[in-house]
Amino acid sequence: MSEFLQQLLNGLSLGAIYALIALGYTMVYGVLRFINFAHSDVFMVGAFIGYYLGKLVPEHTVWGGLGVLAAAMIGCALLGMTIERFAYRPLRSAPTLNVLITAIGVSLLLEYTGQVFFGAAPRNFPEIFPKQNFNLGSVIVTSNQLIVIAVSIVLMIALQLIVYRTKIGTAMRAVSLNPKAAILMGVNNDVVISFTFGLGSALAAAGGILYALNYPSIDPLMGVMPGLKAFVAAILGGIGNIPGAALGGLILGTVETFVSGSQFSTYKDAIAFAILIIILLFRPAGLLGKFTVEKV
Amino acid sequence: MLTVTDLSVSYGAISALGGISFSIPQGSIVTLIGGNGAGKTTTLRTISGLLRAKTGKIEFLGEDITTLPAHKIVARGLCHVPEGRMIFSNLTVDENLAMGAYLLHDKALIAKNREYVFSVFPRLNERIKQMAGTLSGGEQQMLAIGRALMGSPKFLMLDEPSLGIAPRLISTIFEKIVEINRSHGITILLVEQNANLALEVSSSAYVLETGRIVMQGESKLLRTDPQLKATYLGG
Repeated sequence: MSEFLQQLLNGLSLGAIYALIALGYTMVYGVLRFINFAHSDVFMVGAFIGYYLGKLVPEHTVWGGLGVLAAAMIGCALLGMTIERFAYRPLRSAPTLNVLITAIGVSLLLEYTGQVFFGAAPRNFPEIFPKQNFNLGSVIVTSNQLIVIAVSIVLMIALQLIVYRTKIGTAMRAVSLNPKAAILMGVNNDVVISFTFGLGSALAAAGGILYALNYPSIDPLMGVMPGLKAFVAAILGGIGNIPGAALGGLILGTVETFVSGSQFSTYKDAIAFAILIIILLFRPAGLLGKFTVEKV
Repeated sequence: MLTVTDLSVSYGAISALGGISFSIPQGSIVTLIGGNGAGKTTTLRTISGLLRAKTGKIEFLGEDITTLPAHKIVARGLCHVPEGRMIFSNLTVDENLAMGAYLLHDKALIAKNREYVFSVFPRLNERIKQMAGTLSGGEQQMLAIGRALMGSPKFLMLDEPSLGIAPRLISTIFEKIVEINRSHGITILLVEQNANLALEVSSSAYVLETGRIVMQGESKLLRTDPQLKATYLGG
């Protein structure tokens, strides 16, 4: 029983990180109908911003940790908006496939530019937050897990408020439902799309920092696997569906953790993709997605 | 108020509008009638900036808006209620109306516009928390017009407001269109396939046929025109 609770806790904290990344995939899909493959590399840049800034602030402080987190989020929001402005906006009227291939190009560009600037060797992520273990009976809760869960919850509530309670959030949903009608309301769709990229990229940066706290070896290719997993999580929850992405992330993280704690641990990555295949077979729209016929 | 001069539009190699000119005086209801594929919707879409003109000029309140981006044209007070209504089906009625007032920042004005919309379409008030996609066709049309009114438009373009609506609601909608024009002095350009109805509520009309204006004049005169009667008014 205690082992189960321990693994559940580990799984949820990993899942929360996947959820943060998955939200960016799903929001961008919502407004532009394409998968931004460069998203996982924005996650990596977030971790590296945290790495460099983390050296400037004293270790093991809450304000230092939160400051680094906030700075990485702002930095990646700007990066995401820059990518959208220069790589995707010129292709606004091009077929989706062109944009998709461009996204892969941007992804490779970030990965290998990262290798030029950061070096290919893994680096040790600084301990920016205070570190402590709490024993709840036989379950060990680390302060990092608490930080991951607390930060994820706060960010997801904030996202929910932005998307459902603000004017720009309503505009995001309107653009996602019917971009032409949104223009006729006077919405500048470019602004809304740019905002969406900023928001998603900020969440990816937070995911990057939280991931690096728990897996403190970072390198320019670190985004590839978590990015793919988060992409699967977004599909699992129903691409374009915000609560779906959060749910998908939590499920995937939990399943992966339980598998890695079992005798099948070698297959933990394969499991994520097995889940993807099964979902696509039985529920192509994802858990919370609605099946819609693509309009021509 | 709106002057269109020698406007032509094409989709690739196919010409949709072959140089049409018309003007709409302030405070009037003008209708554009014609069969399927005559270029009515294309005309509205080009005016509102969703499509680009190949040649010609569109002037609104003395300003050349031919190449202005669509969202800036809305900001000038020219609002387009598109064919098929294009409401945001997964947003509530309330949120749809809020989107209509997207460009307004004055809270008092937004509240006043809401009151006005509810006075014209009390049904929308009853459905305020409902997802717009669950409304009937007629209610969705009311929402589409109400949403446009939320932005304090000076000029309203309505594309086929009678399309896909229960017959008994059509007359209600048209009464409301006249009411909006009379009580608020909003100029209206109405596109309709139902030529009888359109000529009844409008002061003047243009008849489009394959991208050209083939007839124009006062609506009450056109209603008795034998040629028009034979083609569009069912004999």
